[in-house]
Amino acid sequence: MRQGGGRAAALASSPSAAGETPADGSGGAPIVRLAGVNKRFANGVTALAGLDLTVRQGEFLSLLGPSGCGKSTALRIIAGLADPSSGTVEWSRDTGGGVPGAHDIGFVFQEPTLMPWATVFANVWLPLRLKGVSRHSARDDVMGALALVGLDRFADAYPRELSGGMKMRVSIARALVTRPRILLMDEPFAALDEITRQRLNDDLLSIKVRLGTTVVFVTHSVFESAYLSTRIVVMAARPGRLLETIDVTAPLPRGQDFRMSALYHEACEETSRALQAAIVTAGDSHL
Amino acid sequence: MSTAGDTGTAAALAPSAPHDAPAEAAAVPAPGGVSRTMRILVPVVMLALVVIAWWGIVIAYQIPRYILPSPADVAVAMVTDWPILGRSLLNTLWTTFAALALALSGGVALAILMAQSKWIELALYPYAVILQVTPIVAIAPLILIYAPSTEFALLLCAWIVAFFPVLSNTTAGLKSVDHNLLDLFQLYGASRWRTLWYLQIPAALPFFLAGLKIAGGLALIAAVVAEFAAGSAGAGSGLAFRLLESQYRLNIPRLFAALILLSLTGVVIFAMTSLVSHLLLRRWHESALPRDR
Repeated sequence: MRQGGGRAAALASSPSAAGETPADGSGGAPIVRLAGVNKRFANGVTALAGLDLTVRQGEFLSLLGPSGCGKSTALRIIAGLADPSSGTVEWSRDTGGGVPGAHDIGFVFQEPTLMPWATVFANVWLPLRLKGVSRHSARDDVMGALALVGLDRFADAYPRELSGGMKMRVSIARALVTRPRILLMDEPFAALDEITRQRLNDDLLSIKVRLGTTVVFVTHSVFESAYLSTRIVVMAARPGRLLETIDVTAPLPRGQDFRMSALYHEACEETSRALQAAIVTAGDSHL
Repeated sequence: MSTAGDTGTAAALAPSAPHDAPAEAAAVPAPGGVSRTMRILVPVVMLALVVIAWWGIVIAYQIPRYILPSPADVAVAMVTDWPILGRSLLNTLWTTFAALALALSGGVALAILMAQSKWIELALYPYAVILQVTPIVAIAPLILIYAPSTEFALLLCAWIVAFFPVLSNTTAGLKSVDHNLLDLFQLYGASRWRTLWYLQIPAALPFFLAGLKIAGGLALIAAVVAEFAAGSAGAGSGLAFRLLESQYRLNIPRLFAALILLSLTGVVIFAMTSLVSHLLLRRWHESALPRDR
């Protein structure tokens, strides 16, 4: 499983086991596989060069790297919001073949991205509404998703009446209302304060465990990725590529104990070192 | 779920905020520290002072009524000439509102069409601009020649002037949709129609309403300008014709009365468009929300 430097023996279980042990949440059957994915933008910037990445059932995978490493682009390619210039995106057969249905993917953006003219309920209803589900039939699912993020009492509020953290919760509820197999999150908590962010981290982990959703999480925070992930993929920029993979084997959900544990600190250390390598590799002086 | 702190503080805020807001707006002084009564009282007193000053000047300098009539002369003209003025008012109102209705439907329809395709926009937008920047007074004589009837010509002039703000504002609104929301709609496989209906139209609403406010005022102005341009061709029609007619006959009290009716019409149109805008936006848009300080 691991590529690049091989020093964190304590962190990863043996390389072969890491890929096949769903018990510790670090991965089961592959859901989606990116093979040799390149992405060149019209302005000539190479966002991704030869990315190989497999997302496995049940894992919490973080994509970590400096700006310009293509982590968000990779996420958008998985979501089908961007097309690779070359290379393939292959979904496992049990998602129904090549192209996943809209219900299989949930996406959370860096901003809450709520419709300001719609109530919290109507915002969470949106994915179902676009599938033609009436307000009445969607009611239970919407309220269930809101309860999951602890906002069921705010169904009739408008986004402007909510705090930043609450808006992000609504955004998560909207992504989960279709019960997707895979939840894609693009630096969702980057704009939040540290305290709110930690609480959302804990809640996200408990939701993930409760629903068994697979999560791909883009972040630029070493600590966040080490706390949340079962696997961290460190990427380097110019061109965007995979540099190193780190497994964090502690079971989910994690709590305050894990935050204080040696394992967490080792994971942070290992991840920091990999990220440092990514920055140095890029030879980027204007970071 | 350990959401207690996060949701707890907001619990105190959010459920009450939407319901209390209108009541507060009524009771608490507005940002400038002026109460609601004063906001009505001050302009009314100001109006009374101006009318008294006007009357005083007319009496003090013994100004003849064919130069500056007293407020009483104007009031008398308003009452005695009401059969003439009222019919003219109806004509002008009809032109104005018909033109406004056509401007709204035409402007919105064209904006939606242009939002669907870059090609349509490229083909049509320059001509919309040309139509707008050419002064209507200059086009009006031509329109009067070609139009089958004077009413039709007036309507066409008013429409040309009023539709552009609706078109350009709605176009801007349809384009300024949050890109992430567009991505989200794409992710869930939303059809073009549903994206338009659930996302682009609500997002464009504040822009459209700003255009509506401008178009409402412009429709009246354009109706009056068109009537002026029509001149004798528009005999017996709207308030603007009465203005011209009163001027020729030196019936200045009636001219003032017609002018007051036009002003009031403009004020009523502005109030109506502002009310519509407020009612549609008050729950969510920044422009309609009171600021807490």
